[in-house]
Amino acid sequence: MRLEPRAHVPFWLNITAPLAAVVLAFAFCALLILWAGAPIVPAYTALVKGAFGSTFALTETLTRAAPLIFTGLAAAVAFRAKLWNIGGEGQLYAGALAATYFGTGLVTLPPYLMIPFLFLVGAVAGGLLLLVPVILKLKLRVDEVVTTLLLNFVVLLFANYLLFGPWKDPLAMGWPQAAPIIDEGVLGPLVPRMRLHQGFIWAIAFAVFAWAFIRFTKWGFQIRAVGYNPDAAAFAGMPIGATVLRTALLSGGLAGMAGVCELAGLKGYLTLDISPGFGYTGIAVAMLAGLHPLGVILSAIFIAAIYNGADAMSRAMSISNYLADVLTATALLLVLASVLFVRFRPRLR
Amino acid sequence: MELLDIFVTLGFWGALVRMATPLIFGTLGELICERAGVLNLGIEGIMTMGAMVAWMWVYQGGDLWTAVLVAAAAGALFGLLHAVFSVYLGLSQHVTGIGITLLAASLSYFAFRMLLPDVTTPPKIDPFKPFPIPGLSEIPYIGEVLFTQSPLTYLAFVLVPIVGYGLYRTPLGLALRMVGENPMAVEAQGIDVHRLRTCAVMLGSAFMAVGGAFLTISVFDAFYIGMINGRGWICIALVIFASWRPGKALAGALLFAAFEALQIRVQQASSAVIPYQFFLMMPYILSILAMIVMSRRAAYPKALLVPFRKGER
Repeated sequence: MRLEPRAHVPFWLNITAPLAAVVLAFAFCALLILWAGAPIVPAYTALVKGAFGSTFALTETLTRAAPLIFTGLAAAVAFRAKLWNIGGEGQLYAGALAATYFGTGLVTLPPYLMIPFLFLVGAVAGGLLLLVPVILKLKLRVDEVVTTLLLNFVVLLFANYLLFGPWKDPLAMGWPQAAPIIDEGVLGPLVPRMRLHQGFIWAIAFAVFAWAFIRFTKWGFQIRAVGYNPDAAAFAGMPIGATVLRTALLSGGLAGMAGVCELAGLKGYLTLDISPGFGYTGIAVAMLAGLHPLGVILSAIFIAAIYNGADAMSRAMSISNYLADVLTATALLLVLASVLFVRFRPRLR
Repeated sequence: MELLDIFVTLGFWGALVRMATPLIFGTLGELICERAGVLNLGIEGIMTMGAMVAWMWVYQGGDLWTAVLVAAAAGALFGLLHAVFSVYLGLSQHVTGIGITLLAASLSYFAFRMLLPDVTTPPKIDPFKPFPIPGLSEIPYIGEVLFTQSPLTYLAFVLVPIVGYGLYRTPLGLALRMVGENPMAVEAQGIDVHRLRTCAVMLGSAFMAVGGAFLTISVFDAFYIGMINGRGWICIALVIFASWRPGKALAGALLFAAFEALQIRVQQASSAVIPYQFFLMMPYILSILAMIVMSRRAAYPKALLVPFRKGER
């Protein structure tokens, strides 16, 4: 097989190719549902109902989408500059740790200042954490994929130490959890009696911000240029190092805010299961969105819907809810392939 | 227990050799892929798949050695998938690798839950028994440490010189190294670059899967969710540490295993002074430090991460 660049990409192909990939992913998982001995149509109906079928289902999906928007943006922004930040999970926990440190009584501000303050410290913590591998990459050419990945484990173990040691809340009846965030820092609910909280609005706002930043500012242009062709960018006199550092602060900051969002919006206190791998899923979110910040909103809601829906389906049909992970991974790989076929025409020889 | 006492115990050295085994398989596998110019970030998932498949095979009544072959075949299959995306389609090796890891790990967990529903405590199998090599195992001290191990451990140690010989002393090895340095030159020799890279990735992935299988059918007798626990990523760091050489890969794997084995024992000896989490962090921090130390000397295969398209320069 041979791939030829397409001179002209028909508009319909840009839309149908990723959609076809997602349909194929569902078809593949239908085989797994069959294997589990469940009927396909009722199973997928249960999935859709569990994701969007009621106010409760819908708000739960959006609640789950909020941190995924943040981690998806983190991956999208970094990947735009060809900075392979696989450390979203660690940066998320770094953000949550910082917010716990400042938000459990050390600082007290009125809510309209306290909440932005928590997001700020979370972003700074996440950004600084990513800065370490990026400086190593720039100064010593140490591959950032492995270092960001390994730091995830380090941060999680550090959080583990704090929660079992100095930060353990004596009022938590022996559970490894930190003291709760003070009331001024809590993100209030958006819908009465539902878990959906203001973190979702913050996520949307930052998606729009990230889009505008990349699209309209000089620094955003530099991020795109460095990712597209670093040699040309350097030739044009762009500060490559500074651009990569800015990208790191932005990307790590966004991932750190995912931690704040979950901490201040959902749990109220830090635990070790605050993220079921949002940092990793964010990579799939970003790729599904074609690294477009506004697309991240849609793809985060889509993936959150798959997870929530698969939970409902697994309860209704007794199918393992790991199916959601399989579906996401399959969709990720197939969408990657589909994007290639948009740009290239396959020719069989 | 005093710190120095640890080094004279047989248990420590035996554990070191045991713990190095999955790292040797994984590092050799990743090394073969990268020498051919393909970064395989699918390793973490492929090791998980190998661990699950081999365990399940034995649990369903299969034989232990066939389980190793089944794991290798499953690994090769995922290697083929990775090659389709990264070699034939030329997609970003970083992202497809992460995708393969997500897919292989989640498929393993899904299949595990599917085949064993309603099981709360993981059921057990009869794993490989230590196999004392006649004669050699009677050497005092060394015999007990080196020659009273699982057969898979011997296999790992034997594979190191075999891979080294294959890479440096055979025409196929030369072609494989060249395809990671200068694929155009290989193409000019009339060798199919895509096919060669695909074979390398499949072989390497099979090694990784056997490394995972070692954990379930040789060390532990059960499969747990999340049991690979970053070992795959450490293998990737080890390949850089080893500057893409099999001999150094063995040394690196042993060094890391020493640290892992030491960590458990120091943890027991001095848990009051230093929290155990800091010991658990050490392999990861050491990996990062190793990469920093080796970064100056790192001679990456020149075509690593670069997709090859015929007729394109």
